[in-house]
Amino acid sequence: MSNNLRSPLSQARGLGSAKDGVHHWWVQRLTALALIPLSLWFVFSVARYHVADYPTMMAWIHNPYVAVGLVLYFIAVFYHSALGVQVVIEDYVGTEWLKIASIVLMKLAHFVFGAAAIFAVLKIAFGA
Amino acid sequence: MSAKPTAKTVVSRPLSPFMLGQYYRFQISSFLSITHRVTGVGLALGSILLAVWVMSAAMGPLEFGQFNSFAHSPFGLFLLLGWSWALLYHLCNGIRHLVWDVGYAFDRKNVDLGGWIVVVASVVLTAAVWSAAYLIPA
Repeated sequence: MSNNLRSPLSQARGLGSAKDGVHHWWVQRLTALALIPLSLWFVFSVARYHVADYPTMMAWIHNPYVAVGLVLYFIAVFYHSALGVQVVIEDYVGTEWLKIASIVLMKLAHFVFGAAAIFAVLKIAFGA
Repeated sequence: MSAKPTAKTVVSRPLSPFMLGQYYRFQISSFLSITHRVTGVGLALGSILLAVWVMSAAMGPLEFGQFNSFAHSPFGLFLLLGWSWALLYHLCNGIRHLVWDVGYAFDRKNVDLGGWIVVVASVVLTAAVWSAAYLIPA
């Protein structure tokens, strides 16, 4: 018999629900949907502007439509990427502490590069 | 109540063979599935370079020039071309997944057919994007 005060039913339930249900799955699909038009536009833009000189690049990002598009793309792509890489880590990293540590570091890295990319776009768009 | 298995308990259960190797016949579906993952992780790393691209532009002409000299090197162009194909592959195969999610084309014949469509579409779209980028006047 159990030697603690938790009821057999509580033990059978384990840690219980994490209370977020299908949220991860659903947001991965929502960001995927947003990325269909955004990434088509972005990959074309990168192919077109990777040869751009500095003034051309500045003028391109100064355009409000371009700036908003870039911000939306970076939000969607870094969010979608964090969710996707999380699943890959969960699948292949078996050691619990290493799994948690990898996911935390990976998510923080996504915030860092996402924030940096969006700040860079806004700085140019607002006229640096 | 039976004893709970602990981390120390060795439970020997039969395992299915590892996905890679000589154990399974080639299937387009599993091959595209692992390619979806590999391109996904590659795109996550590629996003760092694209963030650095706009950051270098925000820092100034000198830093932008330094980034460009890397981006325009043979290795940089190889990464750029690889990134664009990986993105378009992941995009096409992602749409295939979304179609399955809403309940269509999930029978064996359409899973295989859709897979080949994705392979061809990713290559055609990559060629189309780069052609359009160079041919359409500014």
